[in-house]
Amino acid sequence: MGFHLLSPSYCCGYQASPPISHGLLRFRPVTGIPKPSPKGQLHQSRRASKVLAYYGLTTPPYKLDALEPYMSQRTLELHWGKHHRDYVDSLNKQLVKSPLYGHTMEELIKVTYNNGNPLPEFNNAAQVWNHDFFWESMQSGGGKLPQGGVLQQIEKDFDSYSNFRDTFVESAMALFGSGWVWLVLRTEEKKLSVVRTSNAICPLVWGDIPIIGLDMWEHAYYLDYKDDREKYINTFMDNLVSWHAATVRMLRAEAFVNLGEPKIPVA
Amino acid sequence: MGGASLLSALACGVSSSSIGAPPHSFLCPTPNRRRKSRRKVRCAPITAQFELKPPPYPLDSLEPHMSRETLEHHWGRHHRGHVDSLNARIAGTQLEEMELEDVVVASYNKGSPLPPFVHAAQVWNHDFFWRSMEPGGGGKPSGELMGLIERDFGSFERMLKEFKEAASTQFGSGWAWLAYKANRLDVGNAVNPCPSEKDNKLVIAKTPNAVNPLVWDYSPLLAVDVWEHAYYLDYENRRADYVSIFMEKLVSWDIVSSRLHIATARAAERAREDERRRREDDVEITNREAVEMYVDSDNDSEPE
Repeated sequence: MGFHLLSPSYCCGYQASPPISHGLLRFRPVTGIPKPSPKGQLHQSRRASKVLAYYGLTTPPYKLDALEPYMSQRTLELHWGKHHRDYVDSLNKQLVKSPLYGHTMEELIKVTYNNGNPLPEFNNAAQVWNHDFFWESMQSGGGKLPQGGVLQQIEKDFDSYSNFRDTFVESAMALFGSGWVWLVLRTEEKKLSVVRTSNAICPLVWGDIPIIGLDMWEHAYYLDYKDDREKYINTFMDNLVSWHAATVRMLRAEAFVNLGEPKIPVA
Repeated sequence: MGGASLLSALACGVSSSSIGAPPHSFLCPTPNRRRKSRRKVRCAPITAQFELKPPPYPLDSLEPHMSRETLEHHWGRHHRGHVDSLNARIAGTQLEEMELEDVVVASYNKGSPLPPFVHAAQVWNHDFFWRSMEPGGGGKPSGELMGLIERDFGSFERMLKEFKEAASTQFGSGWAWLAYKANRLDVGNAVNPCPSEKDNKLVIAKTPNAVNPLVWDYSPLLAVDVWEHAYYLDYENRRADYVSIFMEKLVSWDIVSSRLHIATARAAERAREDERRRREDDVEITNREAVEMYVDSDNDSEPE
């Protein structure tokens, strides 16, 4: 009763994706099935279906009013407290009945993306990750210019910061429907690039490393900017984007992607 | 659904190939006179244009279920934006001579949409959406529509439930539809062997972004916009509440019924056309067979 068979398409997806812990193939008995309950004090808790929380809702690294006046507290309350929280809850509910277990969030996204044939958990998992990433892509007193290594890399790959900024804004404006815009480090080409994705898709699924993410779903900006997307995007670039976070991510990315000539120490 | 209105011809004798180009580029080459001459150029090169049609009720008449502010933005900016973009993109192309529905289907290009598609479809969708609502709407349908609903869904409540489910589970932006489907196989070598009235039925569908059931040759009867801009100011994230209120307080079942009449009439007309064509083909085949038989019998009668 508690075992859930892996569907063939799911198996195939697993074969093709990057190395994942073998724990994936373990069948996990589903708990929380109500047993015939004895009458008494345990009756209540046995009857209620237990949702085991596998992933938690992380809080943004700042208070909900810290991004005012560029992103209102009300927006944060709804965006984080309702939308983001809903994705986490929905994901956990789905995972009660699913054999996906023991993954980090990044792994889970790649697995559930299933090489372009996404499983039902994908939307929720990806949106949980995307929003975590989004909160950390912003900071109070953000914007202005990137510094140091990030700026150098941007200038190398886009010719100038303002070229990059224009590309980013254009890409966001060209997005139709819901989605995200990203500054990514392309692992194969070993350079920074701007990409836009639809709905819940994020660059992790094709192996690139996101450096900055901007939520272009309408719920992200409608209360503050209504239909004026251009103002929202520009405000993000000028006042919200956290280049500190970008730097940290670039540093981490360099552990996986060799961006420069190998520095051969001279004897 | 809003034909192209042909505005007066270009007094300046501008060729249609230059439509869409800014006036100054061919009329006033000198840059410093640009501004002055732009104003003088009253014959702005416009031929066929789609118009932004207002909703058939004042913008505040759907309160408190849909606020005036929402209507002002949704119609006044989003819908208007699509009309403007559509006109800009089809200017100077074949599409600008077509009716809006034809532009939608043509630019959908069987699943590889061309750039005007999103704008054409959104213009059509929003026109359709405004007209699906009325002040003091809601309640229940009656007559033929109710009959079909009960036949195809079991009960009005079941249909409501399925509709709300579709609207709530459309991930990202999109629309939820009640449509009339007259089952016609659009495959070259296949014919529905036992066509019956029961193949024509009501269905509920959800579509992403700008897609609408016209592209599947369905007849849409009712639509709800589940792009977040449609409900965020009034309902924030509570899409389910928005759809419930839409069904309970805003839907114009009269309009839906009249759309159904048109749809069933159209389906009946097509069925008659198909039947007539089938009979003509049969006659043709019979004639041909007769000729072949004649030829064959000639051969047969040849001496060995």
